[in-house]
Amino acid sequence: MSNRALGSPPSPGPQPVVKSGIAADGSSRTGGFLRGGNPRIWDGLFYLAMLGCALCVLALVGVIIYELTTRSQLSWKAFGWRFFFASEWDPVNERFGAWPFVYGTIVSSLLALFLAVPLALGVATFITEMCPRRLREALAFSTELLAAIPSVIYGLWAIFVLVPLLREYFEPWLARYFGWTGLFTGPAYGIGMLAAGTILAIMVVPIISSITREVMMAVPQQQREAVLALGATRWEMIRIGVLRNARAGIFGAVILGLGRALGETMAVTMVIGNRPEISRSLFAPGYTMASVIANEFSEAATDTYLSALVQVGLALFLVTIIVNILAQLLVWSVTRGMPARGHA
Amino acid sequence: MPNSPESRPIRVSFRRRSMNHLVTLAAATAVLLVLLPLTAIFAYLVYKGVGSLNWAFLTQIPKPVGEPGGGMANAIAGSALILLIASAMGVPIGIGAGIYLAEYASNRMGDLVRFTADVLNGVPSIVVGIVAYGVVVLAQGHFSALAGGFALGMMMIPTITRATEEMLLLVPRAIREAAYGLGISRWRTTLSITLRTATSGVITGVMLAFARVAGETAPLLFTAFGNQYWNWKINQPTAALSLQVFTYAISPFDEWHRQAWAGALILIVLIVVAVSALRVAAGRGMLKGTS
Repeated sequence: MSNRALGSPPSPGPQPVVKSGIAADGSSRTGGFLRGGNPRIWDGLFYLAMLGCALCVLALVGVIIYELTTRSQLSWKAFGWRFFFASEWDPVNERFGAWPFVYGTIVSSLLALFLAVPLALGVATFITEMCPRRLREALAFSTELLAAIPSVIYGLWAIFVLVPLLREYFEPWLARYFGWTGLFTGPAYGIGMLAAGTILAIMVVPIISSITREVMMAVPQQQREAVLALGATRWEMIRIGVLRNARAGIFGAVILGLGRALGETMAVTMVIGNRPEISRSLFAPGYTMASVIANEFSEAATDTYLSALVQVGLALFLVTIIVNILAQLLVWSVTRGMPARGHA
Repeated sequence: MPNSPESRPIRVSFRRRSMNHLVTLAAATAVLLVLLPLTAIFAYLVYKGVGSLNWAFLTQIPKPVGEPGGGMANAIAGSALILLIASAMGVPIGIGAGIYLAEYASNRMGDLVRFTADVLNGVPSIVVGIVAYGVVVLAQGHFSALAGGFALGMMMIPTITRATEEMLLLVPRAIREAAYGLGISRWRTTLSITLRTATSGVITGVMLAFARVAGETAPLLFTAFGNQYWNWKINQPTAALSLQVFTYAISPFDEWHRQAWAGALILIVLIVVAVSALRVAAGRGMLKGTS
């Protein structure tokens, strides 16, 4: 306590060192810039305030879980687990099955990953290992910018640019050369699963590539130098020295991209066609879990209807959380300095 | 690989060399393919948006279908209102939780909060909307700016928390000890020394969170709901720029499509300005006065 008097001109009045001194009185007494009040009381209060903020974070997640479970009770009771595998969605007769949405979510996300992963790996590899230092910053910034564009703007662009392009050029081409797979048949509307997958891929690339970049940069420089010293070409160095060490983290990055794709709402809703149907063809319209909530939540007239939509939300929440946790663990295993084992 | 005579013994075979070039080419192609939509999106936004941007767009409220003109002034104001509410909720809680994590948390509690923040970060935005609906809209009995702000505020917290923690941990221990040595109390040290030192980094985190939620639409669909008229009350349905862009984009009217592009342009300018400012701040060094 006596320290406090040292750094300043003698303060007016006595300096009673009373442990239970009233805080307001204390701060008016000293009044200096970095001093004030009885430190114990203020320290305690400050600690409590910060703890309160931290508890808020915990409470919010608690509230999410509570809200989703209680408000979906009605639907759980009526349909149970069968809800996720029944494909009837009939609000009028109050019969609900979420399978078309589950299917649409899985297919559009996998399609997005199929398109995005090779691109993202290419971008990450190019930025970390190949491109001139001067270009590196600019490219990293550009891909980050891609991540900052709001979902609704992707959707807008998809409606007016991507969908017509698909309809006029890509879909006829795909139908002609790959129609035999059964994936590209039927009328080419433009709008449909393929459009949703494509726009999702564009949105997911920056996430996957920026985390892959992080993971690749975490690989120690000595690994690269060691492989180069053995006479490897640059690609061999990347393959043996970098990718192999970073693979767990790269896998994590992909999973993280999957998590984002699963929960993505607006852009998908705008181009997927919003029809609860299951079709093998990627040209056909579909529906996703997030889209059905976005479209129907505010007009759900009955309690069961609302409850069914919340149940879809609960499932979406649980799946994305599990996927994200898995991804985090994988990314940590690399960036925390534990290289993947099993070198061949 | 060097091709000088000394390195002759390890001459690289044609197959390996061509593979090397092939992969380099593939990676460069990937970069171009990714930059293509980026440039296309911005080009379209500017091309379509600038043409429909005018004074009326910025100052008037929407006209009924069929009448030309009108604007999104109420949506711009509504977005500002909602984002203000979101920041008022998200920034203090986020920074507070970050301070707790960096300065006070025991290992177990810290890990729990960190883990929970990561979980919160991964919650799909549409689910956040459902929760805000249950917590605020049902309690109030109608859609409102408050509910929208609550949803977005919730989404800001984890980003700010983790950024604040990271920045505070970068502040050298010695600075804190120097402050304690001068007899400055712990809370005062945290606020006036540690947090002060990390200010620009923390601001970067806040801006990042802000940019992330500024364009969010899904959580506003059934919280703020949208409004065709002016509204300044926080307990009434409120228009938002992103919502308006969505509604206009999926409408069948050409006039509305034009306005959607203009709205999107304004939205993106807002976000890009925030992100670039963040970049500049980050480039100047996160920690003022420590080096």
